[in-house]
Amino acid sequence: MSDDHEPEGNPPGPEGDDADERGRTAGDVLLDDEELARAEIEAAAERAADAKSIGLEASFGERFIAAITGTGVIVTLLAFVSALVIGAFIIAFSEDSVREALGYLFAQPGDAFRAAWDAVSSAYLALLQGSVGGATQLSETFVTATPLILTGLAVAVPLRAGLFNIGAEGQFVAGGMLAGLIGFSLTGLPMAVHLPLALVAGLLAGGLYGWIPGILKARTGAHEVISTIMLNNIALLVSGYLISTTLFRRPDRTDPISKSVEASARFPRLIPWEPGLRVNTSLLVAIVLAIVIFWLVERSTRGFELNAVGLNASAATAAGMNPGRTIVLAMTVGGAMAGAGGAAVILGLQHRLTIGFSAGIGFSGITVALLGRGRIGGTVAAGVLIGALQVGGRNMQAQTGTSLELALVIQALIIVFIAAPGLVRAIFRIKADDLATGQVAKGWGA
Amino acid sequence: MSQAMTTPATQRRRERRFGMFSLLVLAVMLGVFASSTRGERATFILNDARGQLFELPDLVLPVVPTVILLSAVVAGIAARQFTRGFGSRAVVIVGVVALLFVIAFLTWAAAGGQLSVVGLLRGSLARATPIAFGAMAGVLCERAGVINIAIEGQFLAGAFTAAVVSSIAGDPWVGLIGGISAGVLVAFMLAGLSIRFQADQIVVGVVLIVFATGVTSFLNTQVLSGNPQLNSPTRFPAISVPVLSEIPLIGPVLFRQSLLVFGMIAAVIVLQYGLFQTRWGLRLRSVGEHPLAADTVGIHVLATRYKAVLLGGVFAGIGGSWWTLDAVGQFSREMTGGRGFIALAAMLVGRYSPVGAFGAALIFGFSDQLATSLQLLRVPVPSDLLLTAPYLVTIVVVAGLIGRLRVPAADGKPYVKQ
Repeated sequence: MSDDHEPEGNPPGPEGDDADERGRTAGDVLLDDEELARAEIEAAAERAADAKSIGLEASFGERFIAAITGTGVIVTLLAFVSALVIGAFIIAFSEDSVREALGYLFAQPGDAFRAAWDAVSSAYLALLQGSVGGATQLSETFVTATPLILTGLAVAVPLRAGLFNIGAEGQFVAGGMLAGLIGFSLTGLPMAVHLPLALVAGLLAGGLYGWIPGILKARTGAHEVISTIMLNNIALLVSGYLISTTLFRRPDRTDPISKSVEASARFPRLIPWEPGLRVNTSLLVAIVLAIVIFWLVERSTRGFELNAVGLNASAATAAGMNPGRTIVLAMTVGGAMAGAGGAAVILGLQHRLTIGFSAGIGFSGITVALLGRGRIGGTVAAGVLIGALQVGGRNMQAQTGTSLELALVIQALIIVFIAAPGLVRAIFRIKADDLATGQVAKGWGA
Repeated sequence: MSQAMTTPATQRRRERRFGMFSLLVLAVMLGVFASSTRGERATFILNDARGQLFELPDLVLPVVPTVILLSAVVAGIAARQFTRGFGSRAVVIVGVVALLFVIAFLTWAAAGGQLSVVGLLRGSLARATPIAFGAMAGVLCERAGVINIAIEGQFLAGAFTAAVVSSIAGDPWVGLIGGISAGVLVAFMLAGLSIRFQADQIVVGVVLIVFATGVTSFLNTQVLSGNPQLNSPTRFPAISVPVLSEIPLIGPVLFRQSLLVFGMIAAVIVLQYGLFQTRWGLRLRSVGEHPLAADTVGIHVLATRYKAVLLGGVFAGIGGSWWTLDAVGQFSREMTGGRGFIALAAMLVGRYSPVGAFGAALIFGFSDQLATSLQLLRVPVPSDLLLTAPYLVTIVVVAGLIGRLRVPAADGKPYVKQ
């Protein structure tokens, strides 16, 4: 018990005393143990100091600075660096010229390194330019980030309740389908009615599709990871079927593509006088929803219950909370966010439904939420970051021929490093003891 | 264990729930299948075109009378479920109801056409193979206390590497070794991150899937599409066991299969024996149930977990190789199509035992194959909707009929030596 190094487990005070006591009694027996105990006391003192500086009494400014300079941000940055370095190796080894140069590596080693450097630097330069290199690129970054923020929230909210929502993809599809249906089947409505109606339809459809795994989990204990994966597949297949029916399909086309959303249900562009900038008002919707979710999760009573259930379901039950209701709420709210993401893409960007319109945006939401460490603000920031990475990845593919999937690899690597802070610590030899652990979701039994 | 704990009241409630299920099945059978006008007779072909000892006559069933007869049996079962109940056989009876439903469905689907029973069953067993291999990887990991969601990633890595290695070497055995190494490599990442660095195991699993998907898709477009000679693997030939494969119906289904299918059946038997009858299995399970106790009696918890996860990687790698070395013979992007998740479901449905997981894999393989077979019969159900069947079955099974799982007690919990 006194050996418990878990940083988030025990409050710093008592553990410090514990370690102190241990140091005195065990010190007589073994020198190593004494050493250990001293280190533990020092670590506890450091933790206590940290806790004070970011405690509740600290002002917003102090907390902001602590968040920026805190080890959590350092881990995130190092995770990025490590992922980009590994990505560089993958680029280098998949490039034909590099592999050719490797063939005569020992004759002319400079060639291989030069070819690798050329391949990697041009790919990453294209990545950077494609995401933030100009007004159009920035606009594209935010266009891509909008649904990512929403699907990120769809994963983040259940995550706070200890649930792992892999179903954002299916919920996204459900939301997009119903929003699209409302968008093209109702005509003659003013925009002030039609657009909100279609958006709410998307929220409802996504919420309902998230409610299903929630209620299954609460009532029968069916694990949400399995049921959401199955619901994803079902949503993709059923949407593919529906788009090819006469209800959705464009009458003049035989291939599965839906009717176009009415102009009155489209999100207007933010900068309509610049034709190249596709950034639209759905971004504002995403920000407003993020603020609402922030209030719900961080400030409201329901949010308190949500966090309590996520931290310790049995303690929450003992305190008179209802974990079942919280689970259903978390999954439904999460699903609604993903549904809003689907509506944002269909009403704001694509204006019609095609097979596979979700294009993995729901799955990227997992990356976004984990990158944001399940916090609401962090998720929004992570959404913009991943959006930039994806837009940049497209530019990279167009300019240097490095395939788009590399962005996926880099995303995965980033989460690996974030989920396993111990790995980052081991690579960079950071001695900080209070790196947050990666334990965010719960096992099967929870 | 559930029998001992359930009170008569909950038992009766459960029976009544099963009864509702039977009534639902009955309604579909009478409402849809019996009132069908698709054709009067359904023909089931029992022979294999590749020859056998003697020919069986085709089974020709009149559609409506057959469905009504089956419905009557289901009605009888439902009546008893609502009154006396079946006691300890309640779950088995649900399986019987499901089986009767499937027969009625097949009769309806084959009405006015022909359905090859051999093809259906043979395909089911073949499609169950990767699912069973994946499920065994899951069983090994989770019995030792490590959650393995990454089976899908192991499949993809195995399929990709097996394709490339087999293409270069021109030998499926070498390709299989390549596939196994890739599965073990992903398993090693899973083990390292979850055992050594104590990362969240579900997150690591999902991330490894994204990682494997990304790397294989990236290398596929970047390298394989420009070098087709790297993506033309030599496949395992189908093997006919002499004499046994000549038995009508059973022979072609069980003994005229590819090597991986036989390997899967052998692996299921060996693993079932190993896990539950040997010292190795007891030790493996003990670190998944109570690692502290296992540690106290001198079992190396972390080493045992590492070995279990890596051995799981071997099985998952073989499962992945099935696509490129057996079924398809070419790697394509995301070709495993979520079967890794189905394997996960099979493991849960099979309650963490190799034989149970194999049984569940057969059900999934069957519904997989059925969707394909039915497209040939021009059943008036769109193929997209038919393909949802395995997923719906999974949800129903996981949510309803089997109740709560008894998960290995330390599953997903990193062990820190005290």
